[in-house]
Amino acid sequence: MEKHEKQRVVTPEYMFFEAPRTRHFITGSEAASEAVRRANLDIAIAYPITPQSETMQRVGDLFGEGFLKDYYRAEDEIGAFSAISGASRTGVRCLTASSGPGLMRGLEVIASWPGHRLPLVFLIMCRVINAPLSIQPDNLELAYMLNTGSVLFHAENQQDFFDYTLAAFIISEKCEVTLPVSVAVDGFFVTHARGWVEMPSAELKLPGRDCYNEAVPMIDNENPPIRIARDAPIQKSNFISYQMHAAWQQEIHAAQERSRRWITRYMGGLLEITNPDAETIIIASGSAVSQSREAIRQAQDMGHKIGLIKIKSLRPFPVQELRQACQHAKRIIVPEFNCTGWLNREVRATLYGHTEAEIADGPRVYGGITMPTEMILEWLLDAEKGGQ
Amino acid sequence: MPKRVGSSHDKEKVHKERRFDMALRTLNVAPGFMRFMPKEYQDLVEKGPFGRQIKVTDLGTFKEVLEEHPMCEGCAMAFFIRLSLAALPNPEHTVMVGTAGCGRLAISQAAIPFVYGNYCDTNGVATGLKRGLQIRFPDQHKDVVVMAGDGGLSDIGFSQVMHSWFRKEKFTTIMLDNEVYGNTGGQESGMTRKGEVVKMAPLGKQFEKIDMLGLAQTSGVAYIARLTPTNPSRVFSTIRKAVLIAREVGPTYVQAYTSCNIEYSIAPEKVLDDARQVEKERYGFVEIMSDEAKAYLERIDAESKA
Repeated sequence: MEKHEKQRVVTPEYMFFEAPRTRHFITGSEAASEAVRRANLDIAIAYPITPQSETMQRVGDLFGEGFLKDYYRAEDEIGAFSAISGASRTGVRCLTASSGPGLMRGLEVIASWPGHRLPLVFLIMCRVINAPLSIQPDNLELAYMLNTGSVLFHAENQQDFFDYTLAAFIISEKCEVTLPVSVAVDGFFVTHARGWVEMPSAELKLPGRDCYNEAVPMIDNENPPIRIARDAPIQKSNFISYQMHAAWQQEIHAAQERSRRWITRYMGGLLEITNPDAETIIIASGSAVSQSREAIRQAQDMGHKIGLIKIKSLRPFPVQELRQACQHAKRIIVPEFNCTGWLNREVRATLYGHTEAEIADGPRVYGGITMPTEMILEWLLDAEKGGQ
Repeated sequence: MPKRVGSSHDKEKVHKERRFDMALRTLNVAPGFMRFMPKEYQDLVEKGPFGRQIKVTDLGTFKEVLEEHPMCEGCAMAFFIRLSLAALPNPEHTVMVGTAGCGRLAISQAAIPFVYGNYCDTNGVATGLKRGLQIRFPDQHKDVVVMAGDGGLSDIGFSQVMHSWFRKEKFTTIMLDNEVYGNTGGQESGMTRKGEVVKMAPLGKQFEKIDMLGLAQTSGVAYIARLTPTNPSRVFSTIRKAVLIAREVGPTYVQAYTSCNIEYSIAPEKVLDDARQVEKERYGFVEIMSDEAKAYLERIDAESKA
């Protein structure tokens, strides 16, 4: 009997909220692969790139142990992402992963997954985009992911990486969603560092993919109505083709919007607020949240009360929640681990006309450096003084 | 069940198979509604190739999965695609995979599920399809067939083609070799012959046609064939062998000369003459089979006669 056959299927609600959990001091890569162990995953397709490799080679070990039904190392990212798209079309539960340059290499394929309405989970272990060559954490690649149509979460730490990954499978396969769900973490800071992770028993697993309860028919010749393509691809330059393509794109983004309900149910909302009544607020995602927590603690010791808004879901973006949370804000800073400040732009676009607060253009570090809490503190105190 | 026309098979047997075969059952609409379906669909259900073995001599007596298409007048590729689709051993359990190029304009209009993904991705997508179908239907052969052009398979999709062969993925790859990028307006491809002056080769192509057959052999492809569409019986038997061998033995590759009569200025009524000439002068009929593939064909032949 294969290992996965010995596991007990439980509801997502039981797995996420009710099952007793035990605490483990593990790396982010270990946390992700422990999520996969409980995910009732059918197939994973891997291609090595630092800092992603460790997770996907651990998933390979899970295949060796009998927790997955198929797994292989592809020829490159385009090969891996193409093949996982083929597998997803047949109705099996699918996983792949990448980092920085690998993600960029496969971006044509990634951006086509939502259009093909392919449920799958894509793990992103953020890394500098070349050139010059570097393997360090820097999450610029998420700027490119924002407009692909994929649902996109940004995990802060090892615990998030475990929880978001498990939830991602279920949300991705919901009928009204039927989209890929990408779960990003900052490389090394999360993937290679240890943190406390509370996990339910490895004897439990999620229900398998229910592929006939999704938005599009499977390519399996078994699914009524049989999928017979009688229409040429929509490629002519005429009014009908514009309308068809426009409607299809709108539907992808509408499906992304419809995932809000499930993100709220399974992940407790698209954002998380600490010190909601503070006038100075930090808005952050990923491991910048952890750095911000520490800066806020230090600021508190100095007598300043600072609020924190952790953005968990980048797509869909928590537009209404953020406007609500920033109504009384006077000062906002947005610490980020990338050069262009993609989160800052999201925040500004969202809050424009909805807040009186001054939004600082930073702080940011990039190239892989960690963000000193002193730096956040400096920006906070400057903001309080009305500087920056 | 409506009466079938043009089938030489035992009707009772066909009906029995149909009752137990989900893929065939899904072709039928709810009782009473069939008469409201388009005539084309009714014909597919009543007179289509599903659930029975079609012979080349049956052409013209049944509703083919591909009839209307927007290909150019006299297109050899359209003819070859028509023959290939009629030759599929189990069209009701077949998934086609294609990519950018002329071929997909016809393939996508056939009554067979067709996946059109991105540039270069045919053999990756086919790998995932085959493995996913294997997980879900371990007891049912599901045939995956890649059918794409010379540009799609030998240039942009080259890496995925080669790696699917190295991995011994069990599906068929069919190259529609018109020796040019036809759909984008006649640019040089890796399969264009050396010296040909086509777009993007203003001085004539500088290197030889890629030896895909040799590469397939080196990669251990179980069944390799090269042919032209001059002989429909041969196209039938080649496609059948390629699809059947891919079920059990390993990857298979068919390379068909399907001239672009527009870019190479061949009059529509001369297209088959050209194919015969090219076959005679340089393309020929080549068939390379592994011992394992040979033994497998002999075994299923013996079983079908028993």
